[in-house]
Amino acid sequence: MDMFDLSLIWALIIGFGIIMYVVMDGFDRGLGILYPFAPDEESRDVMMNSVAPVWDGNETWLVLGGAGLLGAFPLVYSVFLPALYIGVFLMLAGLIFRGIAFEFRFKSHRNRRWWNRAFCWGSAVAAFAQGAVVGAYIQGFNVEGFVYVGGALDWLTPFTVMTGLGLMCGYALLGATWLILKSEGHVQEWAYRITPVLLAAVLVVFAAVSLWTPFVNPDVWARWFNNIQLIWVLPALALACAIWLWSSVRRRSDGQPFVATLGIFIFTYLGLVASKWPVIVPPDHTIWDAASAPESQLFLLIGMLFVIPIVLTYTAWTYWVFRGKVKVGEGYH
Amino acid sequence: MELDPLLLSRLQFAFVVSFHAIFPVFTIGLASYIALLNGLFYKTENPAWDRLALFWTKVFAVVFGMGVVSGIVMSFQFGTNWSNFSYASANFLGPILSYEVVTAFFLEAAFLGVLLFGRGKVPQGVHLFAAIMVAIGTFISSFWILSANSWMHTPAGVELIDGRFHVTSWIAAIFNPSFWYRFVHMGMASFLTGGFVVAGVSAWFLLRGRDVDANRKALSMCLWLLLVLAPAQAVVGDFHGLNTLEYQPTKVAAMEGNWETRGNVPLLLFALPDQEAQTNRFELGIPSLASVILKHDPAGVIPGISEVAPEEQPPVAIVFWAFRIMVGIGFLMIGVAIAGVILRKRGTLYTNPLFLKSLVGMIAMPFVAVLAGWVVTEAGRAPWLVYGMMTHAEGLTPSLTGGMALFTLIGYVAVYAVVFWAGIYYLTRVVRNGMLPEDEQKEVQGEVERPKRPLSASHTPFDDAEPARS
Repeated sequence: MDMFDLSLIWALIIGFGIIMYVVMDGFDRGLGILYPFAPDEESRDVMMNSVAPVWDGNETWLVLGGAGLLGAFPLVYSVFLPALYIGVFLMLAGLIFRGIAFEFRFKSHRNRRWWNRAFCWGSAVAAFAQGAVVGAYIQGFNVEGFVYVGGALDWLTPFTVMTGLGLMCGYALLGATWLILKSEGHVQEWAYRITPVLLAAVLVVFAAVSLWTPFVNPDVWARWFNNIQLIWVLPALALACAIWLWSSVRRRSDGQPFVATLGIFIFTYLGLVASKWPVIVPPDHTIWDAASAPESQLFLLIGMLFVIPIVLTYTAWTYWVFRGKVKVGEGYH
Repeated sequence: MELDPLLLSRLQFAFVVSFHAIFPVFTIGLASYIALLNGLFYKTENPAWDRLALFWTKVFAVVFGMGVVSGIVMSFQFGTNWSNFSYASANFLGPILSYEVVTAFFLEAAFLGVLLFGRGKVPQGVHLFAAIMVAIGTFISSFWILSANSWMHTPAGVELIDGRFHVTSWIAAIFNPSFWYRFVHMGMASFLTGGFVVAGVSAWFLLRGRDVDANRKALSMCLWLLLVLAPAQAVVGDFHGLNTLEYQPTKVAAMEGNWETRGNVPLLLFALPDQEAQTNRFELGIPSLASVILKHDPAGVIPGISEVAPEEQPPVAIVFWAFRIMVGIGFLMIGVAIAGVILRKRGTLYTNPLFLKSLVGMIAMPFVAVLAGWVVTEAGRAPWLVYGMMTHAEGLTPSLTGGMALFTLIGYVAVYAVVFWAGIYYLTRVVRNGMLPEDEQKEVQGEVERPKRPLSASHTPFDDAEPARS
C-alpha cells in the first residue's frame, strides 16, 4: 500500500467523525445542561422536541468512532480507554440515562420530573467527561512502550477539570444558539438572553486553557511559540466567530448565532489538532505508530467508504425533514 | 482481602454482555417473525396478520432500543478492561466489530425507519421489503459478532508477530472452524426465543379472552415452528459439541464432568465436581452414554479434564451445571412442543388453561437457556481468551486495579438495574395494552412520526396520567 497513506486517510475519517459527533451531539447535550435553567416546562418541551428527531442519529458517530479507532488505530483505543477508565464509565452512564430519559419523558406524566433530572445530569456528566478527555489528551499519557502504566485518576487534574467545565460551557452555548434557531417567542428570547453570558464563560475558559496549555505540555509550547506560524490563523478565526456571534445575537438574527458557534468549535478543534499533529497518543506516538496493519485498515476502509455517504445522506435528510421552528405545545407525546 | 482485577473484569464483562445479549437474542427471532407476518398480510390481506404485525413491531421497537443502549457499553469494554487483548487482536477484531457497527447503522438508516414508521406511508410492498431487510440485517449483525467470538474459540487465519495477531487469510479467520456451528446454534436459539415469547404472550391474551382470533393464529404458527426447531436444535447442539470435542476437548470434558481420559464414559445426570480433589464427589449417571453420544461407540475414549494441568482447567462445576441447565431447558422445550401437538389433536390447544399457563411460564426459559449456553462456552474456554494463544490474564489491562474494576462493576450493575427496570416495566405496559381494535388500526397510518428513534414507535404511556394534570 505504497500508493496511499492509509493511516492518513483514517486519521481524516476519524477526525471528521469526532468533530461531527462533537457539534451534533454537543447541542443536544447543551440543551440538557441548560434544562434546569429553562423558564418553564413548556420551554423544556420545546427544547426536547427540537432535538428529539436527531439525537439518536448524532450518537451513531460516537459508536462509529469507537469501533473505527479499534480497527484503524488500536493503540489509541488501548491507551485512552484504560487511562480514562473512570471517566469513560461516567460518560457511558451519562449517555445511557440521557438516552432513556429522551424516550420515557414524553411517555411519562407523574414521573416526568425524574426523567428531566436524568436528562440534565446525564448530559452534564457526559459533557464534563468528554471535556476532561480533551484535557487529558493535551496533558499526554504515562505510556511505556505501547502500554498505559499510569494510575486510575491521572486524568483528573485541575487542568482537565477546567477543560471539562469548559466543554460544558461550550456545549451549553451550542445548545442555546441551536434553540435560537429552532424556537420562537419567549423561549427564543430566553435563549438570546443567556447566549452572551455563555459566550463570556466560554471565552474565559478558552483563554485560560490556551494560556495554560503551553505550560502543561512543552511540545505544544514549541509548536506555538518557536516561530510565528500559520497556526495562529486558527485562534484568530475562532475569535472572529465569537465576535460574529455576539453581534448576530444583538441583531437578533435567527440562524447566524448557531453557525458562528459552529465556527468557534471547528476552529478551536483544528487548533487543537494542529498543536499535536501528527501525535495521536501523546506524548510520543504518531498516527503511524498507532496504526493497525495496512491490510486491516484497507479491509475496513472499503466498508466505511460505502457506509459514510449513506449515514451522511440520511443525517442530512433527517435534518431537512425536521427543519423549521418547533412551536410551543406542538410536537408529539 | 485483595481485590482481583482479573476476576472482577471477567464478572463485569459477563454481566454487561449477558445483559446486552438478552435483547438481540430476542430481536433476531422477532424480526423474522414480523417479516413473516407482513408477508402473510401482503399475500392474504387478512387484517389479523396486520394487527399482529403492528403489535409485535411495537414490542420490537422497545427491545431494539434497549439493545442499542446497552450495546454502546460493549464497544468500550474491550478497551477499558482488556486493553492488551484489544491491542493484540485489533488487526482482526477491529475490522470485524466495526463491520458489525457499520451493518447496524446501515440497517437503521435505511430500513428500520421504514419498518417502524412507514406503515401506510410507503407502498405495502416496500414496507414488506423493509421488514425483510431488517430481519436479514439482524442476521448479518450476529454473523460478525459470532465470527469474532468463534475466532477467539478456534483462532485461524492469523499469525502472531511481536505480540500482535496479523491476518494472513480473512476467509480462514472469519469462517474459522467453529463459526458455522455457533452461528446456526445461535440463530436457532434466537428463533426459539422469539417463538416462546410470542407463544407465551399469545397464551396470556387467550387466557384473558382478548383478540382471540389473532392470538390463536399466532399461537398455532409458533407451536408448529417450535415443534420443528426444538428437536432440530438438539441435533445442531450435538454437532456443535462434536466440533468442540475436536478443538476444545477440555471444555467438553468439563461439560461431561469427566476427569480422566477413558472409554465407557457415563452421561452424568447429577454430580458435584470438586476441582481441588480433581474428581466428582457424587455421581449419578447412565453408563457409557457420553461415549455413545460423542464417539458413537460405548467404548469410545474421551479425553478427561486432567489432560491439562490444574491451572489450565476451566471452572468445572460452573461449566458442568450451566450445561445441564441449558440441555434441561432444551428438553423442556421439546416437551412443550410435543404437548402442543397432542392438545391440537384433541382440539383443546387454545382452551387448556394448564397448557396456556405453562406457555406463559416458559417466556423466561429460552433466555435462561441462552445465557447458560454462553456460560458453558465462555467459562469452558478459561483460562484462554484466545484459545491456546492468549490467556485472560495476558489480555487484561495492565494498569487496571481491583478497586477500579469494582467501582465500574457496581456502577454498571446500578445503571443497568435502573434501565432494565424502566425497560421491562414499560414493555409489560406495551404488552398489556395489547393490539389496537381494527378501526383504530387504520388511524395509526395517518400520524406524522419522527424517524430514527425505535422507542417512539410505541405510543403506550410510561405511567398513568397525574389526576390533576390529565
